Amino acid sequence: MTATELKDKLQSIRQTLSFEETAEWLTVNVDSAEFHDFALELRDQAELDFDFLFCVTCVDWKTQLSMVYHLRSLDRKHSIVVKCKLDREKPEIQTVSDLWHTAEFHEREAYDLFGVKFTGHPDLRRLFLTDDWVGWPLRKDYDDPVNMIKL
Amino acid sequence: MDVKDKPTLPKPFPGQVHETPGGGILVSKLDDVIKWARSNSLWPLVFGTSCCAIEMMSTASAKYDWSRFGFEVARATPRQADVIIIAGTIVNKMGPVLKRLYDQMPDPKYVIAMGACATSGGPFFYNTYSVVKGADHIIPVDVYVAGCPPRPEALLHALISLQEKIRNT
Amino acid sequence: MLEEVGTNTEGDLIINIGPQHPSTHGVLHLVITLHGETVKKVEPHLGYIHRSIEKMCESLSYRQFIYVTSRMDYLSSHINNHACALAVEKGLQVEVPERAQVIRVLLDELTRLASHQLWWGAMAMDVGAITPFFHAFREREMINDIMEETCGARLTMNYMVPGGVMFDLHPNFQRKVKEFVQFFRSKFDEYDELLTGNIIFQERTKGVGAISKEMAISYGCTGPVARAAGVSCDVRKLNPYEVYHKLQFDEVLQTSGDSYARYLVRMGEMKQSLSIIDQLIDNIPEGDFQAKTKAVLKLPKGEFYSMVETARGELGVYIVSEGGMTPYRIKFRSPGFSNLSALDHMARGAKIGDLVAIMGTLDLVIPDIDR
Repeated sequence: MTATELKDKLQSIRQTLSFEETAEWLTVNVDSAEFHDFALELRDQAELDFDFLFCVTCVDWKTQLSMVYHLRSLDRKHSIVVKCKLDREKPEIQTVSDLWHTAEFHEREAYDLFGVKFTGHPDLRRLFLTDDWVGWPLRKDYDDPVNMIKL
Repeated sequence: MDVKDKPTLPKPFPGQVHETPGGGILVSKLDDVIKWARSNSLWPLVFGTSCCAIEMMSTASAKYDWSRFGFEVARATPRQADVIIIAGTIVNKMGPVLKRLYDQMPDPKYVIAMGACATSGGPFFYNTYSVVKGADHIIPVDVYVAGCPPRPEALLHALISLQEKIRNT
Repeated sequence: MLEEVGTNTEGDLIINIGPQHPSTHGVLHLVITLHGETVKKVEPHLGYIHRSIEKMCESLSYRQFIYVTSRMDYLSSHINNHACALAVEKGLQVEVPERAQVIRVLLDELTRLASHQLWWGAMAMDVGAITPFFHAFREREMINDIMEETCGARLTMNYMVPGGVMFDLHPNFQRKVKEFVQFFRSKFDEYDELLTGNIIFQERTKGVGAISKEMAISYGCTGPVARAAGVSCDVRKLNPYEVYHKLQFDEVLQTSGDSYARYLVRMGEMKQSLSIIDQLIDNIPEGDFQAKTKAVLKLPKGEFYSMVETARGELGVYIVSEGGMTPYRIKFRSPGFSNLSALDHMARGAKIGDLVAIMGTLDLVIPDIDR
């Protein structure tokens, strides 16, 4: 399906979405409270059939955090990008590891590096850093005068 | 202190071995033989964290063979190894593991820091929060090899330098 | 962090296959729960080579960050650099000349051959056969010599730049590649004789670590792991980049999803790479090897995603740019990360010796997972 067809189909499912069409694939902005139900519809609807979640990223815009999910359908051969804005002081979003198993590790990585809490995740703990590490390193305001030697 | 003053030697401490005339030559010849034997059969420990491990494996295989110099058997357990070649970057989480491996090796043991990452942090020196800037922050190093990754010939040169260091000290 | 050996109340044994181990191909720490010799649960502990590459790239310019990515998956280092160069070119909207495209594809396929050769040697060593290791490195040294003459380095070549390649090809390149292809074709039958038809090898890998097609898609597996389960996901066919749309090659698929199928997929891929090199080596077009770009690159505001097929699967580079000289956020979607998450599913119920065979055929490179 092309980008315009996808946009019409998604708008018919849920009216509260907003779209951006500047990048290579269609980008959908959804509210973080409705994200899990929207993701379930993306996976289960017969015409959409997004069964392959290939990239879960978190980006730190200095006033807020945002989660970016890249999805693809292997049979229909279309891709989509879903974005959610999160509050910086208390970033929480529901997990999608019950829909796509690959999200288990990706969400642990986002928790480890940014501090985003995924409610309902079976095993949310640090992945790359030691368990007693303090702070969220990939945030823009992370300061470590001991280890980080600035260029 | 003037040049003509006699140097003041420290007083002998209890238990110090006094030199016997002629006895030193016998012991030093035996020492030479032991050092020659030790330097020609150093067994490395299998320890590679990142890219330098591939060049270490190339040095171990048929084109640049390191077993010509005595590094015949690469043991996986530190209890039976003589030299640890740190091939790759050491990060904060890996530091205690490296120290534990070094402690488990029996004396006499030697350390070669292979590559830029093990020498000083390498390409990951600036703006990283988790890299140990040089393996010598954790264990004492005998030979440093430069390169990213060093060529197999460079690693062979380092091994030969280590053998010379053992024979000459 | 480092757990001591212990038992839990049902009589299970929890052991470490620790960061320093000859068969983990890097620093992977697995905590295995065993019942006798049967594996009940495998839990990977990562981070022993986490070099904070993504944070470091936020302070490097668009020409500088490419060298760091060759150290991520160092066995397909050209392909990593290629992915980054493609992402930056997407942002700059610059057209790469045809000669540079053909050179890039040739080097990619040579790198894929070298990576699969090392996988073959290392996997055979894990399963117990030491001899193929030396055969594999003998062939790999020939590829390393070709790379050293043209690109300047043996392992971490920093040859791809946004706009093309850094220098032109060495005059000996064509002749040496043709000699290598002829030599390797004759050795391929040796490989089959040594390992593929060997009854011990087949007993150790058939039926071991099977994964179904739906689970492979759900776990996000790509590359030979997914193609062995029947998922058609080769980026060179789905989203062709450079000159792949003009070439004739097959995507090697199997259906059973076990270790032997993954082995056969990689052997088939080596043959396909040889045929791609044959199609291109005599037809390298004349022209520029680099498009004209400014000295200091600035990407416009926006997001750019590029994907390539490395020897392990699909590598994605996601750049978020705010218009400056350095990227605002870079994320590398690494193939090993998702392949590793399927290890727990594959290894349940297998014996501990099978776990080593499964890890050998998954072809993990740990710095690629940890970044």
